Amino acid sequence: MTESDILVEVRDLKVHFPIKRGVIFDRTVGHVKAVDGVDLRIARGKTYGLVGESGCGKSTLGRALLQLTPPTSGEVSFDGVELTTLPAGRLRTMRRRMQMIFQDPMSSLDPRQNVESILTEGLQTHGIGGSRDERRKIIGETLDAVGLPRWALSRYPHEFSGGQRQRIGIARALVLGPELIVADEPVSALDVSIQAQVVNLLDELQDSLGLTYLVIAHDLAVVRHISDTIGVMYLGALVEEAPGDRLYTEPLHPYTRALMSAVPVPDPDVEDRRERILLAGDLPSPANPPSGCRFHTRCPWAQPTRCADERPVLREIGASRVACHWAEQIATGELRPHKVSAQITRPAGEGEEPHVVSAPSEPGSYV
Amino acid sequence: MALLDVEDLSVTFARRGQRTVHAVDGVSFSVDAGEVVGLVGESGCGKSVTSLALMGLLPKQPGLRVGGKAVFDGTDLLQLDDRSRRDIRGRDIAMIFQDPLSSLNPVIPIGLQVTEVLTRHRGMKGAAAEKEAAALLDRVGIPDPKRRLKEYPHQLSGGMRQRALIAMAVACQPRLLIADEPTTALDVTIQAQILELLKDLVRDSGTALVMITHDLGVVAGMCDTVNVLYAGRVVETARRRPLFREPRHPYTVGLLGSVPRLDAGRGERLNPIPGSVRDVLPWPDGCAFAPRCARRVDECVGEPPALVLAHDGRSYRCVNPAPAPGTVPTPAATAPVVDDPLASAAAEATASPVPAPREEEKP
Ligand SMILES: Nc1ncnc2c1ncn2[C@@H]1O[C@H](COP(=O)(O)OP(=O)(O)OP(=O)(O)O)[C@@H](O)[C@H]1O
Ligand SMILES: Nc1ncnc2c1ncn2[C@@H]1O[C@H](COP(=O)(O)OP(=O)(O)OP(=O)(O)O)[C@@H](O)[C@H]1O
Ligand code: SF4
Ligand code: SF4
Ligand SMILES: [Mg+2]
Ligand SMILES: [Mg+2]
Repeated sequence: MTESDILVEVRDLKVHFPIKRGVIFDRTVGHVKAVDGVDLRIARGKTYGLVGESGCGKSTLGRALLQLTPPTSGEVSFDGVELTTLPAGRLRTMRRRMQMIFQDPMSSLDPRQNVESILTEGLQTHGIGGSRDERRKIIGETLDAVGLPRWALSRYPHEFSGGQRQRIGIARALVLGPELIVADEPVSALDVSIQAQVVNLLDELQDSLGLTYLVIAHDLAVVRHISDTIGVMYLGALVEEAPGDRLYTEPLHPYTRALMSAVPVPDPDVEDRRERILLAGDLPSPANPPSGCRFHTRCPWAQPTRCADERPVLREIGASRVACHWAEQIATGELRPHKVSAQITRPAGEGEEPHVVSAPSEPGSYV
Repeated sequence: MALLDVEDLSVTFARRGQRTVHAVDGVSFSVDAGEVVGLVGESGCGKSVTSLALMGLLPKQPGLRVGGKAVFDGTDLLQLDDRSRRDIRGRDIAMIFQDPLSSLNPVIPIGLQVTEVLTRHRGMKGAAAEKEAAALLDRVGIPDPKRRLKEYPHQLSGGMRQRALIAMAVACQPRLLIADEPTTALDVTIQAQILELLKDLVRDSGTALVMITHDLGVVAGMCDTVNVLYAGRVVETARRRPLFREPRHPYTVGLLGSVPRLDAGRGERLNPIPGSVRDVLPWPDGCAFAPRCARRVDECVGEPPALVLAHDGRSYRCVNPAPAPGTVPTPAATAPVVDDPLASAAAEATASPVPAPREEEKP
């Protein structure tokens, strides 16, 4: 890849959210390290897929990349322009080139605005389309691109089905003519039979408009389907990055292996043959991540040396980048997995009194 | 004889001034002892209402009407009074829900909730009940079970709460376990743990399991028999392998063709089912799937398609099913009415043999 093929480059990006306690004085008692040192590059016209379990920092990374959440440290360059130090005014003009699509189209669309005003709003803020007619033309073309009819313009979001609402969300992003689209869980709120329609639409739009995507999703099959490169996140950091096919056929990081083996495939033959790598216990809290390799508390391959006290950095192995001290020895089979005992992770807010809600009269009466 | 025989179950919600909702519209399926049966379908097809009706847990609201039969071990569950239903529930039939937090009592420690079930159905008390409760938590993979007994649901993670709920559900070794999307709210590695646990439990105890899910992958991995639901009815029933290898009902074919697979490469275009689940024909007027079906023929509308019992023990509700491999395919069917998610509304204007569904829906 030459430099000009890279549209987005993220270097050592960190987003730490303060944890506040106290009623009168807001005391900062710690930090949630939602994103904790991520390096990645997204090639122009390609799709980068970001996967990982709930709370691993995918959305925060996406938002920080677009400067919607201010990064704590690190750099983000978009088409050669450093965004983290850009003055607000120039950042606003850059924004039209980078748009976002959200998981739940209903909550991201104003219910009181009809489709036309939703689409016009963005054009006006960015001063695109001098005249009303010109704006109409742009909007018309956008509707065609996402497969919505013209009469949709006078309708309101609630008058559409979930899949159509997601099309409106995509139209709102597209109308500005962006180069990069960050899609955060674009299909996870949709019905199974509708997901494919939206996935195909994203594919087609990329082909016809040359868009670059960062697709964030917890559904590995969807991500594999649309991504050229996939990054796997665990507790705020990338643990592995590889071309989609390679990640599936040759996962190198123990967490990627477990993740790949956990996804159910709608094919009894595959299901019966597969060997599951079951992880013990839950994801540790990002407020209090394990030392060393963050995965060492659940890693079936964890070793007595290095794993618990030395944080692995991403290293290139073949076409992949992997953050594991022992990736080579695991790949050759020299190191074998062992049993791990589960550790309890406390959900956020633990230790506080249980919320008093109207409790059903008999315990266990539900089962 | 089957352990559970559900026959023509229907559930309607009528509300004044509103359209009557046929949430379940003639569902039939059966479960043998020790069998794992899947109920699979998209959102709103009636999976949860079916399970709640069986458990007698539907909200007692005016306008609720439940019809049909659900015979469990010789007793019709739908005819039971509240008392005998409560006796059966927990002891013979137990249920696990998607959201464990809403089915655990938030102000009572986990231990007490488990021992309460043991006391009610197995007559266990005091230290014995507590010991058994700890053993159950241990069995479902909750670390340090003795200490967990004193904790409240909110102190456990989602996966651990689901385990606690499973512990309560299996406390009395029920003969039937109904699990309604038990892993949908969980992360994929936690889902794998819970599914493995459920598989182990039913294998070890011979409990029959009704697995309700929208995830075809989950079904492929664990169900002996699969029932595919569409718009409140079972449209296809088959053993697991035949269903995935040679689906006959066009909706099943469509579902399988539209889900991306982890083991498929990049960029292979998916074949989405056109339209949405809102584009339905009411069953009495014909096949509910007709507005979205690529194999639709004239006979599909007018009256509901009858259930066809195929020779290999499977059944489907379709007049023009996908050809079984090795047979001569039927001539090309008419084009689908909806070939684009919005054409359904556009079709209102054009004369279509199928009444075009309304796009509008009151929120
Ligand atoms: N504004 C915020 N303030 C404090 N903490 C936050 C904030 N936003 C996110 N977090 C925390 O940062 C972590 C990462 O959150 P994020 O939403 O990025 O995860 P995610 O990978 O997108 O998860 P999901 O799959 O559930 O969407 C979580 O622990 C979350 O609670
Ligand atoms: N109490 C109720 N009153 C009126 N309609 C209801 C009620 N409960 C459910 N319904 C309707 O019954 C239909 C079937 O609902 P059900 O919850 O069984 O769907 P489901 O298959 O479980 O879907 P999901 O996958 O979203 O859980 C839906 O159209 C729903 O809106
Ligand atoms: S560095 Fe150690 S603990 Fe981390 S993934 Fe590799 S083997 Fe496992
Ligand atoms: S072929 Fe006819 S009966 Fe069969 S699913 Fe299609 S519309 Fe329904
Ligand atoms: Mg997110
Ligand atoms: Mg449901």
